[in-house]
Amino acid sequence: MEQSTREQGPVLSVEDLRTEIRTERGTVRAVDGVSFTVGRGEMFGIVGESGSGKSVLGRTIMGLYSTGPTMTVTGKAVLDGRDVHALPAAERRKLWGTGVGMVFQDPTTALNPVKKVGRHLTESLRKHGGLSRAAARAKAEELLALVGIPEPRRRLDQYPHELSGGMRQRVVIAMALAGEPSLLIADEPTTALDVTVQKQILDLLARLQSELGTAIILISHNLAVVAGRADRVAVMYAGRMAELAPAGALFAGPRHPYTEALLASVPQLGDPPHTTLQAIDGTPPDIAALPPGCRFAPRCRYARDDCRAELPVLTGAGGHTFACHHPVTTGGA
Amino acid sequence: MAGTGTAHMRPDGDRVLTVTDLVVEFPAGGGQKVHAVSGISFDLLDGETLGILGESGCGKTSAGRAVMQLPPPTSGGVTFAGTELTGLSPAALREQRRKLQIILQNPVAALNPRRKVKDLVAEGPSVWGGKPDRKRIEEVLEAVGLDPATVWDRRPHELSGGQCQRVCIARALMLDPRVLICDEPVSSLDVSVQAQILNLLEETKARYGLSMVFIAHDLAVVKNISDRIMVMYLGKVCEVVPSATLAEEALHPYTKLLLESVPEAGAEEGTAARENAEPPSPLNPPSGCRFRTRCPLATDRCAKEEPKLRRAAGGHHVACHHADV
Repeated sequence: MEQSTREQGPVLSVEDLRTEIRTERGTVRAVDGVSFTVGRGEMFGIVGESGSGKSVLGRTIMGLYSTGPTMTVTGKAVLDGRDVHALPAAERRKLWGTGVGMVFQDPTTALNPVKKVGRHLTESLRKHGGLSRAAARAKAEELLALVGIPEPRRRLDQYPHELSGGMRQRVVIAMALAGEPSLLIADEPTTALDVTVQKQILDLLARLQSELGTAIILISHNLAVVAGRADRVAVMYAGRMAELAPAGALFAGPRHPYTEALLASVPQLGDPPHTTLQAIDGTPPDIAALPPGCRFAPRCRYARDDCRAELPVLTGAGGHTFACHHPVTTGGA
Repeated sequence: MAGTGTAHMRPDGDRVLTVTDLVVEFPAGGGQKVHAVSGISFDLLDGETLGILGESGCGKTSAGRAVMQLPPPTSGGVTFAGTELTGLSPAALREQRRKLQIILQNPVAALNPRRKVKDLVAEGPSVWGGKPDRKRIEEVLEAVGLDPATVWDRRPHELSGGQCQRVCIARALMLDPRVLICDEPVSSLDVSVQAQILNLLEETKARYGLSMVFIAHDLAVVKNISDRIMVMYLGKVCEVVPSATLAEEALHPYTKLLLESVPEAGAEEGTAARENAEPPSPLNPPSGCRFRTRCPLATDRCAKEEPKLRRAAGGHHVACHHADV
């Protein structure tokens, strides 16, 4: 991307990103050739089961995972015109402070139990923002108010254990927002929370997206969480993108058999009790020992010989792409 | 959210399990007590599945475990197939527990990592001195959808989470139980595997003529598997509702809040009133109705008087002063 188009172009552009992790059992291709872009102010959803590579993808984009003794990262993740993996370590750290923020799954372990809430926030404000102690504290209070924490001034002097799970997650979100990033990566931000609190946090993320114009990557195993919030959704399976489409189109007319099966396997509140669920046979593949060809083929009811031989690539038109030799046509997108 | 009422009990039914005024409290240091379950009653008919729905801290797990006497409840009665379980001698209780089995949330942690599947499944009967024959173990493994030849000598770490849950179900079935208590049996599993286990539980229930208590926080999952649903909040019962009418006819404000919170495709932000409150501490629950601190309908009466379960139309019971019955 041209430097001059930085402000107009996508906030993130990922090109053929691969993360290979060396383990005792051989090399695991956790992320295996993923490309997509996230527009400014967009809510981009990534859905997948455990082992699909969705979290590794999020961390690789952020540069938390990079080439080292145990892993190899190839491809590009260009954030605001800067290739995250080409940056020197010091620059990358600066990027974490200002360009991109991350919200983790478990707010309890994301916060340091022996540091007060205020310290969590002022640390990066002072280091990256160069604020004075008093200014950082004032800004921290503002951030807590922004994420909907009542009595923000009092909360600054509390320890994480004095807050509920939902409040802790709000603090983690406030921390991620401290540097006014253009992209927020939320990795299963509500999985550790109760249903009623989950809704509050999702509402908060949606509000931040519209009020601050922050682009958000929402990673979740829960289709419904992503469905109601994201503009576009990517479905991951075994390290690759199975389908990428605008949320409405994806849920109305999935083209990849995995997406279709995943949607059908979730119990719906509208169905009568004791409805037999359309379970997907088998389990997600072991990514250290992947099948040849399409990775979903062993569990796919449409699979034919070519599926087992040749790995499908993303094809499609109108922003609705899918990696399948024999896409689902019923309900057509 | 009172739920101290007993209007929803069915003394005329063919009840396999009857729980009355169950109280579970845990000491919390400093003379304080966690009021996990505060006087709930429920019954389970033969062949029925009762869903217990609630968020963390509502006492649903404590209630399930108290039925198993793991640990015995602080007070209240648990009658299983005509026998009162509280106060039984350990030997007599062990005898009863054969017929009352529990399936836990984390199937990997529930299995001894050093034992093989064949031994894990045979463990229950072998405690009773019998050595189950190979044929019986194979039969049960097949019933839960595992191939005996493949998993026979495997240990839990060689199985997926879904397979481990199948082993746990097989273990429970070896003792020919009458009642299966499932405590969040699918919440640690992947979405695609969750459906397999839910279907398996339905099949197993029909095949072995079981009754089931199904404890979970996911509304759609509970609705799918249950005949009747009991909604709990902070140790009390809010509502007892036939599962077919949960989505459309929920009466209690808390159940409605839960329904509104379910993430859905196409749901827009802000359809429900903004609701930032979180459950109060079970160390010091609110007086009167325990939901009143978060309830849009709350009045002075709710603080003073605990609502009791009242009968509504269609086998529906609700514990709220202001619900339209």
